[in-house]
Amino acid sequence: MAERPIRVLLAKPGLDGHDRGVKVLARGLRDEGFEVIYTGLRQTPEMVASAALQEDVDVVGLSILSGAHMTLLPRICELLRGEGLGDVLVTAGGIIPDDDIPALEAAGISRVFGPGTTIREVADYLRANARRAA
Amino acid sequence: MVGEGSSPAVELAKRARSGERRALARVLTEIENRTADGEAALRSLYPHAGRAHLVGVTGAPGTGKSTLLAALIRELRRAGRSVAVIAVDPSSPITGGAILGDRVRMQEHAGDRDVFVRSMASRGHAGGLAATTVAAAALLDAVGFDVIVLETVGAGQSEVEVAAAADTTVVVEAPGMGDEIQAIKAGLLEVADIVVVNKGDLPGALRAASQLRAMISAAAPPPSDDRPRPKRPEVLVASATKGEGVAELLAAIERHREQLLATGDDRARLARADAQLQAALAERLRDRLRREDGRAADEALLRSIAEHTLDPFAAADRLLASLGE
Repeated sequence: MAERPIRVLLAKPGLDGHDRGVKVLARGLRDEGFEVIYTGLRQTPEMVASAALQEDVDVVGLSILSGAHMTLLPRICELLRGEGLGDVLVTAGGIIPDDDIPALEAAGISRVFGPGTTIREVADYLRANARRAA
Repeated sequence: MVGEGSSPAVELAKRARSGERRALARVLTEIENRTADGEAALRSLYPHAGRAHLVGVTGAPGTGKSTLLAALIRELRRAGRSVAVIAVDPSSPITGGAILGDRVRMQEHAGDRDVFVRSMASRGHAGGLAATTVAAAALLDAVGFDVIVLETVGAGQSEVEVAAAADTTVVVEAPGMGDEIQAIKAGLLEVADIVVVNKGDLPGALRAASQLRAMISAAAPPPSDDRPRPKRPEVLVASATKGEGVAELLAAIERHREQLLATGDDRARLARADAQLQAALAERLRDRLRREDGRAADEALLRSIAEHTLDPFAAADRLLASLGE
């Protein structure tokens, strides 16, 4: 059997209404051969963790533009660990100041992708770092 | 292949059955990836399945299947039933990638442990479901969900596989999707146990429903012999976004199941058994014929078929004969 696809959950936690970027990413990752589970806007950290658990994803990608990343992203990482999902790769993208990145990495975000990142870079990073499903 | 014994897969299956959702999600992945572990886990739990009500939801893209399903989940939870959903979306035939977007409409149940939603990519399987959907449903059945809903890809006219996979098949229509001729064509509507015209708040919904009713009753032939007769589905109108007609839909679904139980009609269960057996046979055959490159036949054999020096049936006989060697 061919190599099995990597499963990626893409979510937008919190209260911003701008999902153009994450949709472009979803489409781009589809074209790179990923199975992308898209959960849409205004997700609470609990919704993200519950979706990651039920879907048994290899990667959780969080898009956030609202400025609430320092609250929401560490909370999501904490919930994922609490569900036994500490081995899931968690990445973030959107508008996140460089100064905040070390704290986010310490909280469990493995990589923050800033504006201008290409789909190819994201795809290559996920392929190199995602845990394969079991 | 591993089948018996207390392998890690069987342990995982036990944990899934004791209610551990993480273990359940893991086993589903193994089944979806058709691994030996997945097979062992499913085999260990298979005797526990057979209690759930399997409901298929199908219909053309954009008719509102997922939204209607979210409303139906709400209604099921109100009635105290636990529910698992397998939502299938298509894989790209080019890259193998997929966007699984059905979950968007079902996120409101995130905190409820009696609602379990799993998205599946079709991974090249035609027919509206994924090749492993029926197996995944058996697992969800075995761990104790009362109702299991199988949502197909946006279906055209011939994605009728769900009818063999489910006890009760709901076909979702929307106003403006076609005329009376569409309603008498063979295919999707024929396998419906219940037809719902969704978007019932839009103009034309009631007319669409009455046209469907007229065509369905006109289509039923007299029971002159033993030929299988087309079903005569109930036609309902609902508006998923307004929550109208959803309680009636659930009532119709439950009525259908009671009818199956009362009449001892086990055609749906036997059709499901047949589908599972066919899939297992095909899988076994594939495993035994599979070469290192993943193909069943070597290139010389394929080439002789392509060049018409050998017909595909003779080639198949040759491969099957090679199994005995």
